[in-house]
Amino acid sequence: MKSRDLAYVALFAAIVAVLGLIPPVPVPGLPVPITAQTLGVMLAGSVLGAKRGGLALLVFLALVAMGAPLLSGGRGGLSVFAGPTAGYLYSWPIAAFVIGLLTQLFWRRFNLAWALVANMIGGILVIYAIGIPFTSLFGDVPLWASFTGSLTFIPGDLVKAVVASLVAVAVRRAYPVIELPTRRATAS
Amino acid sequence: MLSLYVPGHSVVHRAPAGVKLGLLAALGVGLFLTERPAVVGGALVVALAVGLGAARLPWRALAAQVRPVWLWLAVLFVFHLLVTDLRTGTVAVLRLLALLVAAAVVTATTRVTALVAVVEWLASPLRVFGVRPARIGLVIAMTLRFIPLVAERAARIREAQAARGADRLRWGMAVPLLVQVLRMAATVGEALDARGADDAPARRPRRRPAVAS
Repeated sequence: MKSRDLAYVALFAAIVAVLGLIPPVPVPGLPVPITAQTLGVMLAGSVLGAKRGGLALLVFLALVAMGAPLLSGGRGGLSVFAGPTAGYLYSWPIAAFVIGLLTQLFWRRFNLAWALVANMIGGILVIYAIGIPFTSLFGDVPLWASFTGSLTFIPGDLVKAVVASLVAVAVRRAYPVIELPTRRATAS
Repeated sequence: MLSLYVPGHSVVHRAPAGVKLGLLAALGVGLFLTERPAVVGGALVVALAVGLGAARLPWRALAAQVRPVWLWLAVLFVFHLLVTDLRTGTVAVLRLLALLVAAAVVTATTRVTALVAVVEWLASPLRVFGVRPARIGLVIAMTLRFIPLVAERAARIREAQAARGADRLRWGMAVPLLVQVLRMAATVGEALDARGADDAPARRPRRRPAVAS
């Protein structure tokens, strides 16, 4: 990995942190607020691609684990990785990786529709597929209960997927960061 | 600045970061192997004793890290009262509290630099794949530098758009902002190469050089 790639990784880790500064939207009756940080997860994957996007989120989580209060609401430290909603945190690097993988797959014909597909599969499906079972396991809550509890976040997540897709398509046009292997690039 | 560390000189502060993290990981696994309220409650008492007694942490430092999940714990407890029973609910809540307090103690008594060293040490087996642990420290340092920088650029673009009459926060500002900071990151990468932090491996890797670092 080149130094430039390391800088991109650090940059998106920082962007996820800055998105945490945007005040979270509290949902009545739910202890977990809607935050802008998963928007950063989607952007990392769809701008940087699989490997760098996933690494950016790993670096972000490493900083949180080291005690930087970077999660929205100023949370941080090792305790957030033990909480009942920690599964959502663990899912972020995987989600960014999956979004990046799909984005690279669609890169040639990448447009708003493909970006939405990538962001909804990686940024919503993957995150819930990891977060929901984790909550039920950690809190001894049946799966259905933690599933219905998280449905409240779906509208917010859809909005974030649309925003991330619009931005990703525009950034691809202005400053594409993902490069496909030259072997395939020369073939086209 | 950007840390939850509480300075001190206690035994807990001076204990090696690797040992503290290892104990915390063991606790995380161990607490899920038992269903006995006495054991789980005992773990919480020990964690509190280590934090408040041995490490002399202020009560507020621990409370601040547990506060965000209070409501969740209450919901969890009520849920168990309704669906299972008092005993299961008590164990589930005490278990999470014990883990949260223990993790908060480790965070509050360990310097970020010591934790970076542990991360680099943990990553050292990855040398086989061409990863150089020192570069992990570099990325973390860069991230800490980029956070205020990105925030400042975002504020500047918002001002520029306000000056042209855009009165509220629009997502359209995300694109110029991203392009700007991506260019900046590329420049930082070039600067690093110019100062000798380039991709040349320190020693010959077994396969391809630097898969990820």
